[in-house]
Amino acid sequence: MSNAQTNSSNIILEAKNLTMQFGGLKAVDQFSFSIEKGQLAGLIGPNGAGKTTAFNMLTGVYMPTSGEVILNGEILNGKKPFQISHKGLTRTFQNIRLFKDLTVLENVLIAGHQHVSYGLLDTFLQNDRFEVEELKLRNKALEILALFGLADKAFENSCSLPYGEQRKLEIVRALMTDPKVILLDEPAAGMNHSETHKLMDLIAQIRKDFKLTVLLIEHDMKLVMGICEKIFVLDHGVKIEEGNAHHIQNSKKVIEAYLGVDEVH
Amino acid sequence: MKFLKQPALLAIGMICIGLILNFGTNAYIQLTSLFVLVNCLMAMSLNLVNGYTGQFSLGHAGFMALGAYFSAYASMHWPLFSGPLAILNFVLTTLGSGLLAAFAGYVVGLPSLRLKGDYLAIVTLGFGEIIRVSLLNMDFVGGARGLSGIPSIPNLDLGFMVIEHYMVSFLFSTFWFVTCFFVIWRIMHSSHGRGFLSVREDEIAAEAMGIDTTKTKVRAFVLSSFFAGVAGALFCHATNYISPSSFNFQKSVDAIIMVVLGGMGSMSGSICAAIFITLLPEILRSLKEYTGGIDFRMVIYSLSLILVMLLRPQGLFGQTEITDLWKKYVKRSN
Repeated sequence: MSNAQTNSSNIILEAKNLTMQFGGLKAVDQFSFSIEKGQLAGLIGPNGAGKTTAFNMLTGVYMPTSGEVILNGEILNGKKPFQISHKGLTRTFQNIRLFKDLTVLENVLIAGHQHVSYGLLDTFLQNDRFEVEELKLRNKALEILALFGLADKAFENSCSLPYGEQRKLEIVRALMTDPKVILLDEPAAGMNHSETHKLMDLIAQIRKDFKLTVLLIEHDMKLVMGICEKIFVLDHGVKIEEGNAHHIQNSKKVIEAYLGVDEVH
Repeated sequence: MKFLKQPALLAIGMICIGLILNFGTNAYIQLTSLFVLVNCLMAMSLNLVNGYTGQFSLGHAGFMALGAYFSAYASMHWPLFSGPLAILNFVLTTLGSGLLAAFAGYVVGLPSLRLKGDYLAIVTLGFGEIIRVSLLNMDFVGGARGLSGIPSIPNLDLGFMVIEHYMVSFLFSTFWFVTCFFVIWRIMHSSHGRGFLSVREDEIAAEAMGIDTTKTKVRAFVLSSFFAGVAGALFCHATNYISPSSFNFQKSVDAIIMVVLGGMGSMSGSICAAIFITLLPEILRSLKEYTGGIDFRMVIYSLSLILVMLLRPQGLFGQTEITDLWKKYVKRSN
């Protein structure tokens, strides 16, 4: 964990005063944070705190009302989600969004499309360029699937996978885009204890293997406190605390946000 | 040249069918066979948009009309070649038809493909009607009277033998059929094709995975329009007469029926359904003799559509292809 504690010039993802206003509601208000290269950060907060909205702003699904998203020194505001994905920022979804009617392998291959350089004409000519690249893509997809133990299910329909594996497949798919930063939206939702535990190990492992920076939203405190080096706490769209697990656990503001304020003082 | 191997095989098969039709049947069946090929082109191209990319286009007849009118007008008024080379006129006008329709597809698609589902259907429906009503009011293409006297594809004189004009038309249509089939088939079996599918499955996820969904949709639309334009050109030279009412809303719906009946996202399905839908009303023509002059043709046609949809709501083939069924069969017998 200590290798991530480096100086501030190492920042890979940064948000400056990110604000999202839906009509009269400020879903996220002046949210600033920064994550260093290789760090594993967590974003927590009670339901409706604006965590997923923050993710949607980071990945370009929503255009922030104000504020900036900076990846590797480059401002991402105004870029479309697919362009942000090309820059190396990818995500998974809270409510699983797999390509349901397609096979597991196809799901993963689609995420590799951005690295494909052959054109439509090459597909018609079935030339070497097409075949070589297609093979390369396939091998890479199968490799990552194997890492997650999904290789033997490559040709099954993705919607026929059990829930936990669908979550895993979402991560595999995101990894196929060759990301620098991966945003995981409740990766452990709906998983039991042992599954969550395995997932924690997996996240730690892929971070190492793929040299990733990870930001995850999670309600499972065991997971968050167990693996996150830096935690941001959102409540009603406002960042109320930031720091390591120990700091967060002892923060009065966080306890109040989750459990409410004691009336009798 | 290995990319020509499969198309050549298919073409040879089609030519055999063409020879049988040429020598063994009458002009009526021959004309119907050309309509089958035209409808196959329509169904396959619409399947690319409605089936694979998941966008609901209701204006396919509009693109077909553009192609048909262009090729008809150009071959009547701007014949570049004469004599034995006259066939080249048709090659050029057909290609031009496709390009014109593709351009129209680009112009219509770029702004309207941001819309989804029903809204896109209404816009494309509107486009089809605009084309039809415009043609209705253009006097230089005959207005409501339509264009008559469109030249057929001529006999081909090879010096040592003359290929009859039906056979030439059939070969020409077959060329486009095979081209359309393999262009779409090979795209769908590549990364670009998976891009199309991802747009159908989940646009938000596709974007997050780096697929430019707008570009993908426009591409599908342009390609689809191109082949619809080609289909229109082939159609006008087969019938020698077109009018705006040949390309009304019903024509777009016919194409959609073929795609849905065959199975959204199945090329074999589109082709089978196109053959079925084109031939069924023709086969049922003779029924009149047995029912005492009452025409039950369309009743049975509609009933059979309802039955197929009730029994196989996913279409004849669903999302699978004939080759998939073959692979399954081989696997099972091993």
